[in-house]
Amino acid sequence: MSLGTALPHDSATLHVTGQARYTDDIPLPAGTLHLCFGLSAVAHGVITEMDLSAVRAAPGVVDVITAADLARPADTSPGWHDEPLLADGTVHHVGQPVFLVVADSHRAAQRAARLARVTYDERPAILTLDQALAAGSHFEGGPIVWSRGDAAAAIASAPRVVEGAMEIGGQEHFYLEGQAAAAIPDEAGGMHVIASTQHPSEIQEKVAEALGVPMHSVRVECRRMGGGFGGKESQGNGPAVACAVAAQRTGRPCRIRYDRDDDFVITGKRHDFRIRYRAGVDAAGRILGLQMVHHVRCGWSRDLSTPVADRAMLHTDNAYFLPNVRIESHRLRTNTQSNTAFRGFGGPQGVLAIERVVDHIAHALGRDPLAVRRANLYAEGQTTHYGQPVTQFALPRMIDRLERTADYAGRRAAAAAWNAANPVLKRGLALTPVKFGISFTLTHMNQAGALVHVYRDGSIHLNHGGTEMGQGLFQKVAQVAAAEFGVGLGAVRITATDTAKVPNTAPTAASSGSDLNGMAVQAACAAIRGRMAEHLAALHQADPASVVFAEGRVRVGAADMPFAEAAERCWRGRVGLSAAGHYKTPDISWDRAAGRGRPFFYFAHGAAVAEVVIDTLTGEYRILRADILHDCGASLNPAIDIGQIEGGFVQGAGWLTTEELVWDDRGRLRTHAPATYKIPACSDRPRVFNVTLWDEPNAAATIGRSKAVGEPPLMLANAVLLALSDAVAACGAAYPALDAPATPERVLAALRRAAG
Amino acid sequence: MTKVTMTVNGRPVSGEVEGRTLLVQFLREGLGLTGTHVGCDTAQCGACVVHVNGAAMKSCNVLALDVAGAEVRTIEGMANPDGSLSGLQQAFQDHHGLQCGFCTPGMVMSAAALLAENPRPTEAEVRHYLEGNLCRCTGYHNIVKAVLAASGQDVSGVGIAAE
Repeated sequence: MSLGTALPHDSATLHVTGQARYTDDIPLPAGTLHLCFGLSAVAHGVITEMDLSAVRAAPGVVDVITAADLARPADTSPGWHDEPLLADGTVHHVGQPVFLVVADSHRAAQRAARLARVTYDERPAILTLDQALAAGSHFEGGPIVWSRGDAAAAIASAPRVVEGAMEIGGQEHFYLEGQAAAAIPDEAGGMHVIASTQHPSEIQEKVAEALGVPMHSVRVECRRMGGGFGGKESQGNGPAVACAVAAQRTGRPCRIRYDRDDDFVITGKRHDFRIRYRAGVDAAGRILGLQMVHHVRCGWSRDLSTPVADRAMLHTDNAYFLPNVRIESHRLRTNTQSNTAFRGFGGPQGVLAIERVVDHIAHALGRDPLAVRRANLYAEGQTTHYGQPVTQFALPRMIDRLERTADYAGRRAAAAAWNAANPVLKRGLALTPVKFGISFTLTHMNQAGALVHVYRDGSIHLNHGGTEMGQGLFQKVAQVAAAEFGVGLGAVRITATDTAKVPNTAPTAASSGSDLNGMAVQAACAAIRGRMAEHLAALHQADPASVVFAEGRVRVGAADMPFAEAAERCWRGRVGLSAAGHYKTPDISWDRAAGRGRPFFYFAHGAAVAEVVIDTLTGEYRILRADILHDCGASLNPAIDIGQIEGGFVQGAGWLTTEELVWDDRGRLRTHAPATYKIPACSDRPRVFNVTLWDEPNAAATIGRSKAVGEPPLMLANAVLLALSDAVAACGAAYPALDAPATPERVLAALRRAAG
Repeated sequence: MTKVTMTVNGRPVSGEVEGRTLLVQFLREGLGLTGTHVGCDTAQCGACVVHVNGAAMKSCNVLALDVAGAEVRTIEGMANPDGSLSGLQQAFQDHHGLQCGFCTPGMVMSAAALLAENPRPTEAEVRHYLEGNLCRCTGYHNIVKAVLAASGQDVSGVGIAAE
C-alpha cells in the first residue's frame, strides 16, 4: 500500500544528480532569442518620450517592443484586465515593464535594456498606507465590512477594553528559481509555452488573448518549479506572455528569465498590513466584542488582492469564538509592486492579528497567554463569524498534548527564573494555535482534472492539473494511482502539467493540490480499474467486485496474474485503458457580499511552542527551540508533510523576524537582493526542532482522509514573534507592541517601550 | 572571443568565450551542464557552487577564462563511476534534504567540499559551512541531517535532544 508511506520526493534522484530540468534548463532549438524588460524608473508618471535608438542599435538586439507596437493589447492580470504587459503611457511603480528587448543572448538583452532614455512627467506617487488612506485610494470603492452581532455594544458593556495597532510587513517569495518562461511558435498560429507557473491554464488564457487565437492554439507545460509559494500563481503571466508575443513577431523561439534584482522589483509580494483592534473582554480574558480594521497595501493593480484581503478577514477568528465582531478591510492602491498570493494568502495576517489581540489581552490582565487562548477557543459545533460550524475541532486536544510534550509550564517557570537572574539576556516563550480553512473562497476554482493511461506492458502514465513546486504533490498523487492499481511506484510515470492533457485547471494554490488532484486521479484510475475488472471477471466467470488489484498482481477467481498481463489481456479484449477524471469539492458555498456561508470544506490545525532568547543591549535574538504538533489528517506521505511543516515554519519565522522590505521615499525597493533582504540561512533555524504529526483521519471525505498541508504551517511561526514579545515583556511593565518583522532594531524599540 | 580549455568532470573540454563569460554561463550554455543553477546572479545564494581544483566556488562569480586549465567538477560529475548515487547524494534523497530541488546541486557540492576537508563535522560546523547556500523550502533541518548522515554519523537525535 503506497498511501501513507514516507517515500522521497518523486524527483529526488534527478535533483541530487542535476538532471532535473527547470524551465531555463530545457534545451530549445538553435536561433532561440532571449528577452529582457526595460523597467520604469519612477513610481508614477506619464511617459513623455521614449528614445530606444541606442537599445535597437546595441549588439545582438533583434527587436524592441513597446505597447504601441503590439497588434492588440496584451494583459497579464489574473482577471481584472488592469495590468498591461508593457506600460501604456503611464507608469504605476518603479520596476514596471515599459519595453521589451529581444536579443540573441540573455546578456545582450540585459545590456541593451539599460541604454534606453525614457522621460517621464512625474505625478505624485502614493506609496504608504497613510498616503493611500488620505487620498481615498481604495480598490472596490471603499472598505469591505463583515460582522456578526453588535461589536460596539459588546465592547461598551465589557468590563475591560484592550486596544492597539500593529504593523505587519510584507514578504518577498524568494523562490530560488526566478520567474522563467519560453515560447516556441507552432504551425498554424499555435504557440507552445513552457513556464515556471502554478497556473498553466491562466497563462494559456492570457497568451491566447494576447496572440488573438483561441485557447486551443496555445499549449502550456510545466514539469516543475524551483519554488513557487504563491509567487508564481499570477506573476508568471508577464514573462510567458512576453515570450509568446515576441515569438509571434519574430517567428523564433523566445525565452526569458528574470535576474534576481529584476524579479524583486517587478513582481508582487506578500501584502503588508496595518491592523487596528479594540476588544472588550471579561475578567478571564474572554473576548465579548472585537472591532478589527485591516489596512492592506495592494500595490498598483488589483491582482489577487481581493481574495487575499477576504481570507485575512475570514481568519480573524483563528481558533477563537468571536460572538460579536466587526471587521473592516481597506484594500489600498499604491504605486508599488502589485502584491499577490503568498503561502497563506492573507490568512497569516488575519491569524497574526488575532494572536496579537489575545497576547495583548493576557498582558493587560496579567494572565498567562495560554490561559487566555484556552478561554477563547471554539467549542465543537460553534459557528465562525461567517456562519460555518467548526467541526472536528482538534485544537483543544492538540494544545493539551503539546503543552505536556513541550513542557510549556516547566519551561515558562525556567524562563522566568532565568530572566530574574540574568540582566542582559532574556528568554521568552509562546504557544500559538492555527486553524486554517481549506478550499478556494472562489467556489468555482475548487475543481480538478486528471488523465491516466495504462499501457499494454502495465506501465501507467499519470497526468493531472496540479503543478509541482517542490511540495511533493506529484509523489503524493502517484501514490494514489499506485494504490488504486495495486502496483509499485516504479510502474507509474508522472508527467509534466500540460494544458493539452488536462484543461481548465485551477492554480496549484490554497494548499489544495493533493486534495483536488488526488481525488481526480483516483476517479480516473477507478474508471480504468472498473473496466479492467469487468473484462477479467467476464473471462473467468467471476464477480467484477471480487477482482483484487494488489502487490503488482491481479487476482480474479482462481487466476492470479501480473498487472502487466492483466493490462495486455484487457487491451486484447478491446478495453479502453485511458480515462479522464474530474473532481469538485462538495459541500461548499460562499456569499461574498454578505460575508456568510461555508467557504471551507474543512479546517486544518496546528500548534507550536517557540522559545527565544534576546540580547537586551543589541536587540539580537536566537530561536532556541520549537515544538510543533500539526494536523495532516491521515498523512499521505509523512516525510513530505513533515518537510512542509519544517519549511513552512522557518519561512514564517523569516517573515516575522529578518525579512524586511524597505522602499525609499521615491518608491524604490532598496532591499532587492539577498545582500539586503535576509531570508533564513542554515544556522537561523531553531536549535531544537521537534515536529510531530497529529494522527487523526480527516472527518471530511478527502483523498485517503488526509489534510492539506502547504500553507497552514507557515502560521506556526506566530509563536516566534510572540515569544520575542514575551521576552521583551520581561523587561518592563508596558506592553511591548512588537511589530513584524521583529528585526533587532524593532526589538530594541520595543524594549524601550516596555521599559516605559 | 578566446578559446578556453579545462577539464570538466574528468573530460577535457574547450570552447570560445568572451572575456566576461562567467564560468556558470560556460557550463550551462557552452557545455549544456544545466544542473548548475543560477539563483541570485550575485554570488550569494550558492545554487551555482561547483568545485575548481577541489575547492567549492560560486560559478556565477568566476570568469571562465580564470579557470583555464583547471579541474572543474559539477553536480553531473558527483555520482559514482558506475552511475549509482554517491553516499552524499543518497543521503540527501534518504533524509528528504530537498523539496523543489533548485538549491540541491549547490548544496551537494558545498557539502561534498566540507566533507572532503572535514570528514566528521559537528552539526554546528555543517550549519556554518552551509551559510552561503540558501534554501527556501526545507528549513534546512533535513539538509543538515543528510550531510551528517553522509559522514557516517547517527542522525536520529539531530535537533531533538534538549540543550
